[in-house]
Amino acid sequence: MTHTLDSKVPSGDLSSKWTQYKFDLKLVNPANRRKFTVLVVGTGLAGASAAASLAEMGYKVKSFCIHDSPRRAHSIAAQGGINAAKNYKNDGDSVYRLFYDTIKGGDYRSREANVYRLAEVSTAIIDQCVAQGVPFAREYGGLLANRSFGGAQVSRTFYARGQTGQQLLLGAYSALMRQVHSGGVEMYTRREMMDLVVVDGIARGIITRNLITGQLERHAADAVLLCTGGYGNVFFLSTNAKASNVTAAWRAHKRGAYMANPCFTQIHPTCIPVSGSHQSKLTLMSESLRNDGRVWVPKKAGDARRPGDIPESERDYYLERKYPSFGNLVPRDVASRNAKMVCDEGRGVGSSGMAVYLDFADAIARDGRDAIEARYGNLFQMYERITAEDPYKVPMRIFPAVHYTMGGLWVDYNLESTIPGMFVLGEANFSDHGANRLGASALMQGLADGYWVIPATIASHLAGRKLAPVGTDHPAFAQVEADSKARIDRMLAVGGSRSAFEMHRELGLICWEYCGMSRNAAGLNTALGKIRDLRGEFWNDLKLPGDGSGINQSLEHAGRVADFMEFAELMVTDALDREESCGGHFREEHQTPENEAKRNDEDFSYVAAWEFQGVDKPEILHKEQLDFENVKPSTRSYK
Amino acid sequence: MQITLEIWRQKGPTDSGHFETYQAKAEPDMSFLEMLDVLNEVLLAQGKEPVAFDHDCREGICGSCSMVINGFAHGPEALTTTCQLHMRSFQDGDRITIEPFRAKAMPVQKDLVVDRSAFDRIMAAGGYVSVNTGAAPEAHSVPVPKENAEQAMDAAACIGCGACVAACPNAAAMLFTSAKISQLSLLPQGQPERKARALAMVSQMDKEGFGACTNHYECMGACPKGISVDNIARMNREYLRSELLP
Repeated sequence: MTHTLDSKVPSGDLSSKWTQYKFDLKLVNPANRRKFTVLVVGTGLAGASAAASLAEMGYKVKSFCIHDSPRRAHSIAAQGGINAAKNYKNDGDSVYRLFYDTIKGGDYRSREANVYRLAEVSTAIIDQCVAQGVPFAREYGGLLANRSFGGAQVSRTFYARGQTGQQLLLGAYSALMRQVHSGGVEMYTRREMMDLVVVDGIARGIITRNLITGQLERHAADAVLLCTGGYGNVFFLSTNAKASNVTAAWRAHKRGAYMANPCFTQIHPTCIPVSGSHQSKLTLMSESLRNDGRVWVPKKAGDARRPGDIPESERDYYLERKYPSFGNLVPRDVASRNAKMVCDEGRGVGSSGMAVYLDFADAIARDGRDAIEARYGNLFQMYERITAEDPYKVPMRIFPAVHYTMGGLWVDYNLESTIPGMFVLGEANFSDHGANRLGASALMQGLADGYWVIPATIASHLAGRKLAPVGTDHPAFAQVEADSKARIDRMLAVGGSRSAFEMHRELGLICWEYCGMSRNAAGLNTALGKIRDLRGEFWNDLKLPGDGSGINQSLEHAGRVADFMEFAELMVTDALDREESCGGHFREEHQTPENEAKRNDEDFSYVAAWEFQGVDKPEILHKEQLDFENVKPSTRSYK
Repeated sequence: MQITLEIWRQKGPTDSGHFETYQAKAEPDMSFLEMLDVLNEVLLAQGKEPVAFDHDCREGICGSCSMVINGFAHGPEALTTTCQLHMRSFQDGDRITIEPFRAKAMPVQKDLVVDRSAFDRIMAAGGYVSVNTGAAPEAHSVPVPKENAEQAMDAAACIGCGACVAACPNAAAMLFTSAKISQLSLLPQGQPERKARALAMVSQMDKEGFGACTNHYECMGACPKGISVDNIARMNREYLRSELLP
């Protein structure tokens, strides 16, 4: 069965679409809501806010997380801030400007109507979080402070020191725990979603594995929400938490949910460089550092002098030189690609040569050490803890790292996937960031989806379709549970010699080498072969300890690696198919003489949505054409 | 670096558990958890069971780490979670003891993995402002003095790891509980439920089997986020206020 891709974008004027759409939606009578069970998988910003909001409305909610507590989801690590079009600074911001910046920042590969809605609800997010007691930074007058972030020309970013994600997540978590207390939400911690149960073409439940007992469990429902984050860990080294994975999304994909734009991955420019072969993850430092830090490398390749010994005249402040109007504040994709370019020229610094300097000397001389410490104290401390170098005295060394994935499961305007009844929220969906996400937009999208969008659009499914009663005794549950068990047993039975950890690291290297900051057809084809070989090796030579009962962290990890092995092939295929450069996707064949990305709107102004056909079978590409009725796609220039 | 590890191994909640000795190699730039990753790879290759431990963000914010290292929750460095601890804090030839956070209210589930669900239940008892989605007033309608916002943020920085409980001779959870009570009592948004919140959270804390504070301040010493015991004093005042002036 193939689906036609109907984005369900409402007609009408951009600014009234969402209001009109909500009015046109069918409603679920408050008294009837308790009859509907909704499963929410994941408790990050999207999941926690959705679960709490739906329970408040009266739906029966079951919430699942892989951690020991819902408060630990990786949204907690976001540092910089959250955008909202409040225009508190009177600097000309508006819903339309936030919409415009996000569309442009995404390099014209996102849907206008979704992005406009995101900008529109952004202001209510701030109201909600403040009311929950989120301690945002404030001015002396007691009003909220804002800063400019990630190259925005207006100050629209709200923040809580360097821990904005933590505070927003704890706000959503507190709302969730309030519903747990009142019985509106049943909380299932240390559960991993193994698979989706589809009955008569509609998502009707999930199979989870209890990570403490190893038991497989069945959960039946009227709707399933995947809020399971991104797939950055396909690269092994990323700024994602170690447990972040693609498993829930991938298994839903194998049940019929299309995967959209998987090649759109964001490489964040300001991360601490790799220090050795045992590195297990990378640490991001907020890009707010680029507000005051100056990025440079030596002019001469192979210059091994200490940074302080390199005179001003022999330094290349390459971002300021190439992009005089944006300078060090160019968007993430541009900053990352340029760091790679200078390192490829042999001008990288540090022992590996895979780093550039981020220098605060001028800022400290200008504003004083105290001012810099007040702005970035916690980041400087974090840097020193990891590298044992004092950034007040020597420039930081930074290098780009995989950070966020714009691609994800395809969803329509309702956030519903191609499997009716299964919705996808937050980073797990593809919908709002196009080919490149702007800073301080991920928190905004997660909370927009959970607090404002899904509480309205879920009615399109629950009130709009006649749902037959389905319980966990339905044969589909037994079948999917058996599939999950067979998969676990198969991994345990391999009895080979290599660990999942080791093979995951190898997969990551392949993806980084051939499908990282820049890509070309030959490399991508090489990657396809290597990924298939590695996947074969995985299933022939995997070594696991213990069995499927009780806590077995190696087994958990292996299951996720198995899915990354399959997913990686689709990511590379998508990168191969997209014969243009846009946002975080840079195809070397498609660049200007000045090495800038060359987008091809004529042929590639579409969302690539892939339909699974079976492992080792090519997936079918469906295209959703992107129509720009309000913003005329132009070449992104930050010069 | 060559180090000797004494690691607590425990098959499950009912197993009595014991220390096992391992020889491990490390490099100064490795994080403590990367050292354990390498050990686990070696154990797996030898056909032995890897050491189970909770970890996730590895950047000191998720609060998953739950190890006592050489007698200190999160190890020897101040204001540092286990995942942010690096091997350069140790010497070649060192003997390092690793055990789980220990408290009756946080039972060991396996090796270094503990059950901290009691913290969630304390939060569920009242660690929130009761405001439904959509019911919030405009953000600037209620100004918050900067000083209050800063103090609330100091308390809100708690990552819920449980090091305070592990470090306390009474296994008290007062630093954790008081951090949330403080945050919300300092903000105008927290006022309507201020009394009920303090009573409910303290009562749940007692019910979970955590001890009481006898002013050792080990919690503050162990806290990787520098949460102050001032919060405990504030919680005690809040509790008294709620009891005496209902």
